[in-house]
Amino acid sequence: MKFQGKCHKFGNDVNTDYIISGKYKFKTLDMNELAKHVMEDLDPDFYSKVTAGDFIVAGNNFGCGSSREQAPLAIKHANIGAVLAKSFARIFYRNAINTGLPVLECDTDLIDAGDVLDIDLSQGVIINRTKDMKIAVKPLPQVMIKILHDGGLAPHFRKHGGFNFD
Amino acid sequence: MGKTIIEKILTSHSGQECQANDIVVATVDFVMGQDGTSPLAIRAYENMEGQELFNPDKVALVIDHSSPSPLEGVSALHTIMRNFAKQKGCRIYDIGEGVCHQLIPESGQVGPGSLVIGADSHTCTYGALNAFSTGVGSTDLAGGLVSGKMWFKVPETIKFVCNGVLPAGVYAKDLILYLMGQVTADGCTYMAAEYTGEAIQALSMEGRFTVANMAIEMGAKAGLMEADEKTFSWLRQFTEQEFTAVSADPDAQYHKVLTFDVSELEPQVAKPHRVDNVSPLSEVAGTPIQQAFIGTCTNGRLEDLRIAAAILAGKKVHPDVRLIVAPASRKVYLDAMNEGIIQRLVEAGAAVVTPGCGPCVGTHNGVPSDGETVISTANRNFKGRMGNSNAEIYLASPASVAASALTGVITDPRQFMK
Repeated sequence: MKFQGKCHKFGNDVNTDYIISGKYKFKTLDMNELAKHVMEDLDPDFYSKVTAGDFIVAGNNFGCGSSREQAPLAIKHANIGAVLAKSFARIFYRNAINTGLPVLECDTDLIDAGDVLDIDLSQGVIINRTKDMKIAVKPLPQVMIKILHDGGLAPHFRKHGGFNFD
Repeated sequence: MGKTIIEKILTSHSGQECQANDIVVATVDFVMGQDGTSPLAIRAYENMEGQELFNPDKVALVIDHSSPSPLEGVSALHTIMRNFAKQKGCRIYDIGEGVCHQLIPESGQVGPGSLVIGADSHTCTYGALNAFSTGVGSTDLAGGLVSGKMWFKVPETIKFVCNGVLPAGVYAKDLILYLMGQVTADGCTYMAAEYTGEAIQALSMEGRFTVANMAIEMGAKAGLMEADEKTFSWLRQFTEQEFTAVSADPDAQYHKVLTFDVSELEPQVAKPHRVDNVSPLSEVAGTPIQQAFIGTCTNGRLEDLRIAAAILAGKKVHPDVRLIVAPASRKVYLDAMNEGIIQRLVEAGAAVVTPGCGPCVGTHNGVPSDGETVISTANRNFKGRMGNSNAEIYLASPASVAASALTGVITDPRQFMK
């Protein structure tokens, strides 16, 4: 899977309330509706600034806080191609893989807002086109590669009838 | 090589001798979802082509986050949960029963050595019962419902040794806020916390739940404690099931061991808008507040209400302050009524709302107005958390919240304890 897009930059500890506020997420399962409110408390115009395939780039501990899977789903439905951060909170990280939102751990100090990146997921390569620079990606655990390869946890279960990592 | 508590629980549940950083598939003893996460989990369950639950007796759904429903859309989601529970034969806790993290321990189905997944980040609360209990998202929850299993990366553990005796007027909440400030919001990411030492042993079970509850605010996968006589006698109120305590080996390997002495600790607060933005309460004493909230899975238990009522008894909440109280469960509510606690709170001017999560997560029952300041016993003070991103939230102990409700400004509770 290959993506190209421009970067929207955020800081450390972006919590899932900021990604999608509780006041919206308890009301509906319509992810396209939730997508309009993504990152609203950090940047009220965020949704309208996104071009399909853009990236969210952040610091440490992205997705901390609540276990709401609406967070990665709303990001995905806001047409974000991938999230890049120095580190992720563990529940968000699992939720993203399970629902097919690409998440990449890398040194995001090498990326500024507006930079254009090429990402090759299968090769695990990020090229910062704006800065003409290759950025190393921390590899996913094998288990997660398997789940991603099957298209998420639900397809993994359909295929294998349960967890199957052999 | 010796094992930590979590390495032992994951070894016993996976049938595979494991240590930190191994990946295991483990059987789960209990699976829980709430109304913010279960509807999506049910959708994922269908998407997995799940037929029967792995074991309906080991599954519970809880309607607590918007309870009773404040909106049509929410009502529709609650209906999805009720229908699923009826069809699959699992337990549903409906409106008025309380907050999931009080109800599951009160059910007696979780104890020392248990492995629990819950689609709520504060599922780490049951670590106080010496269980490995952790939050997952909706799709993982669905995987658990179908298979009775979950995959885990065995986490490293940070050990928190809390020595000394908490001074009067300083509580479990002050202790965990202090630890939060020390290790920060990502200090335990991908890891487990083990809390030990004489200050932890001295805590009531209620206080231990408060400490374990906030492990997730440090990024931890679990917040575990050892089991002792207090643990077992607390459990005996709810079950006859036998549990065996799980202790760490003396030569267990820790990522880090942090030692604290709590004897000089003052009341603490977490200031807006970060849980790790912690200082002694004295630094912000005098800050005007418009709303005070006592409740949640952190601090809505009987002991918490008792402490607050002792401060409020015979007095009146400040005229410029709204005090909202949400008991953590129906049992807590009834016990508090039988003790006269609810009477004292209401006479002081508190608005007691249905047991549930509403005010903490901003769904209903106390959304603050623009520019207002709230002091709350909850576990999160993120911008917008209570439903308005133009409000500020301070986190503190039930005693500090009660004292502040009386004076209208952030107040050290010890001045009401002479």
